[in-house]
Amino acid sequence: MSVGFVMLCHTALERAAEVARHWVERDCPVVIHVDKRVAKPVYDTLVTSLSDLGNVRFSGRYACEWGTWGIVAATQAASTILLREFPEVRHVFLASGSCLPLRPVEDLKAYLQSRPRVDFIESVTTEDVGWTVGGLNLERFTLRFPFSWRRQRRLFDSYVRVQRRLGIRRRVPAGLVPHLGSQWWCLTRQTLSAILESPDREAVDRYFRRVWIPDESYFQTMVRQFSANVESRSLTLSKFDFQGKPHIFYDDHLQLLRRSDCFVARKIWPQADKLYQNFLLGDPSGQASAEPNPGKIDRLFAKAVERRVKGRPGLYMQSRMPNENWENGRTAAPYSVFEGFSELFGNFEVWLGKIAGTRAHGHLYAPNRVEFAGGETVFNGALSDSAAMRDYAPKSFLTNLIWNTRGERQCFQFGPGDKQDISWFMAGDPNAQISVISGAWIIPLFQSNQNFSDIRRDAARLQKIEADHLSVLRSPWTKARVRIWPLAEFVENPMEPLQSIIDEISPRSLRRLTEAPQLADLKGFGQFLQNLRNQGMQPTLMGDFPAGEDPTPTASRRGRPYLVK
Amino acid sequence: MAAGLGAWLRQGVQRVLGPATVPSAVSIGELAVSQPSIRAAWRAYKLRWKRLRLLARAFRKRGQVRSVVDRTDRIRPGAILAFVTVRNESVRLPHFLAHHRKLGVDHFLVVDNDSDDGSRDLLAAQKDVSLWGTEHGYKQSRFGLDWLTWLQRRHGHGHWCLTLDADEILIYPYCETRNLRALTGELEAQGLRTFGAVMLDMYPKGPLAAQDYAPGQDPIEVMPWFDSGNYVVQVQPLMRNLWIQGGARARSFFAAEPKRAPTLNKVPLVRWDRGFAYVNSTHAILPRRLNAVFSETGGERISGVLLHTKFLPIIVAKSAEEQQRQQHFANSALYDDYYLRLKQSPDLWSAQSRRYTGWRQLEAMGLMSRGGWI
Repeated sequence: MSVGFVMLCHTALERAAEVARHWVERDCPVVIHVDKRVAKPVYDTLVTSLSDLGNVRFSGRYACEWGTWGIVAATQAASTILLREFPEVRHVFLASGSCLPLRPVEDLKAYLQSRPRVDFIESVTTEDVGWTVGGLNLERFTLRFPFSWRRQRRLFDSYVRVQRRLGIRRRVPAGLVPHLGSQWWCLTRQTLSAILESPDREAVDRYFRRVWIPDESYFQTMVRQFSANVESRSLTLSKFDFQGKPHIFYDDHLQLLRRSDCFVARKIWPQADKLYQNFLLGDPSGQASAEPNPGKIDRLFAKAVERRVKGRPGLYMQSRMPNENWENGRTAAPYSVFEGFSELFGNFEVWLGKIAGTRAHGHLYAPNRVEFAGGETVFNGALSDSAAMRDYAPKSFLTNLIWNTRGERQCFQFGPGDKQDISWFMAGDPNAQISVISGAWIIPLFQSNQNFSDIRRDAARLQKIEADHLSVLRSPWTKARVRIWPLAEFVENPMEPLQSIIDEISPRSLRRLTEAPQLADLKGFGQFLQNLRNQGMQPTLMGDFPAGEDPTPTASRRGRPYLVK
Repeated sequence: MAAGLGAWLRQGVQRVLGPATVPSAVSIGELAVSQPSIRAAWRAYKLRWKRLRLLARAFRKRGQVRSVVDRTDRIRPGAILAFVTVRNESVRLPHFLAHHRKLGVDHFLVVDNDSDDGSRDLLAAQKDVSLWGTEHGYKQSRFGLDWLTWLQRRHGHGHWCLTLDADEILIYPYCETRNLRALTGELEAQGLRTFGAVMLDMYPKGPLAAQDYAPGQDPIEVMPWFDSGNYVVQVQPLMRNLWIQGGARARSFFAAEPKRAPTLNKVPLVRWDRGFAYVNSTHAILPRRLNAVFSETGGERISGVLLHTKFLPIIVAKSAEEQQRQQHFANSALYDDYYLRLKQSPDLWSAQSRRYTGWRQLEAMGLMSRGGWI
């Protein structure tokens, strides 16, 4: 009889009774405290249901409202009875009615037997953790809290504010260093009795009565006065969600709880029949006596908090609809936008698909239809190629596309002939890699068989659109990775920019480009631009093409662009 | 009791991940909503009257439904209720009832809108169904909502209430291992009163009429396919409810006029108060704050999916009747083309359609979320 249990119960008493019976039948005395707010008949049922057991006691009942002194008072009362009535008990284990033992009691006994002087209680100083001032940490000890946080929130908050403003402080009793920690502990008889029988107890209790959430600080602070051997961790597995509410364990957590190797877990869902069945009536000769290791399952809980607080980047759905700039990533993955490339190079999309090892789309924002790679009419996620659907929600179209193809980099063409609504969104997206050959949109006009006055009109219109687009890309709010080359500069040496773009798309391949895409024939291009000028339109975005002189791409270097000796 | 400890843990998390709540200085969208202004006060006033009008309307029409079988005395405190309006759903009802019964619905409150296919007898024979009947117009009673609002006011107060159509199958995180009581417990612990679920149009491979379905069978076996990633999400400024469109119907029938595509977002599960009222099917609810089933700061709230079994083989025959009755859309005439296409038994399947395997698949695809529930 080395360990005894104190159980604080307030709901699901039939489950508490099952657990109490489990412990008592394995030779561990139990003292049960039931919240005073539980109705008498319910309480009586519990008492009757356990009346056949010898080592069960019921302590005097206190109202245990969350965050108030009642819980500590209940713990004190029940612990006193346990220590008095069962002198053989060496360790007192504080549990709740929704706790469930995960390992055989024999394991726990052996574990405590080999650590006879150790007090297991999480106990951390307020200063050391450095939590922010607004969240009531040290202030739990220095302000007064006469109002209920649950029922009188407004009074609670304003009284805190008033005390802060007036600088009213309580003095922490001499010698006490405020500590905080999990409510669930396992203390030795020596330590616990020293706390309960301390000559200062009355004064200390009076002080803690007005401390905020004393159940997380009373024993945690007092243990530092009396214990020589505090092990600052709890033997009870207890996880908290992002709001600080305890996670509840369900039937499907069976394997998870097994893996934790902890002795006791809380809170268990009262209807988790499988868990109660398995852990209370299961085979007592469990696995080897491993050290409790809640860390093994921590990652899962950390991920849940992250999903709740930050969510999955680039996902817009029914329960995640972030306001602008709260997206935690506008899109799910990096992607590349090419402007002017498919105009300058005849086979650019095919070439890009081959080099970057991905499917390169055409103009996704083309006015007539969405030019998915390979001419698909329905793309990943059942995205339609209907221009009307895309234009109904251009942002959703892009975020859906990137979300649906996670793991496969998307590349697409864009230009002044396309719908421009998406410009700002892409420019503000750090995932976008936007490469622009400014003015390249004029090449199809140059090659076309239109009347020159039509060409002139189109050129003026497209130049205006691209100039606006470029000013978006150059704005201080742009977060995309933007590169802009005037056409003239680009054709002089196309391979170097291409190499740097490809290196960024697939950084690990670090292949030298051996095959260049096919450059459009620009014979007579300078004269064409001069003709436009002569007609009164000023082509500015292409850079400087001298009239009469044709641009000379360094053709001789094509094929082995970076041969340096 | 240990929530205080959790509160510091939360602050720890916030230090790592950034704050969970909106600092008032940053989010412009939030400010526009929460700042007390004349406009906000006017809107609140308008919506309040709208809600009272809806409740008054439900009260006025209470005589339209007559009790057929009343077993509401069996409703215990804390029971989970389901409210349904049906018309000729004898094919879907056996599985619908079985599925939601298994999830933990304790009592179904059903309004039968003039069925002539045996639905009424089928429902009356169920021990956990209370049945009302009416032959009044479905459209004139706001698509059955006036009837249900009255029943919800009378029987739903204080209960978690699920409001569904007979062609909807509710799926939520962990639904095979945790019943609705676990879900609602979690929602309550998070301080939430409403739970959002998006409708997911399910369809077969091949022409709709070419499938075989036997009543009682899981319809998903016959039509396991869905569109996984073509949804458009918007926030409606007036009631701050979502507006989600997309899926197979938008792709197949409304590609030229996407704005007209059916609304898919719903708020089917609510801890009811007698002052609440659904506005437009279960797409939106008043008071306005109940529509906040989504996080605006980047995190994910918990949410579910309503598998929409509209495209069972009977749809082809039913479309003719629905089109003729003109009871299903506000501007029914605009949807003639839609019915015309449906009557031709189209094939909605595409090479990019996905086959349903379970809630974890839908969660991974981002159609629903566990939020912080583990």
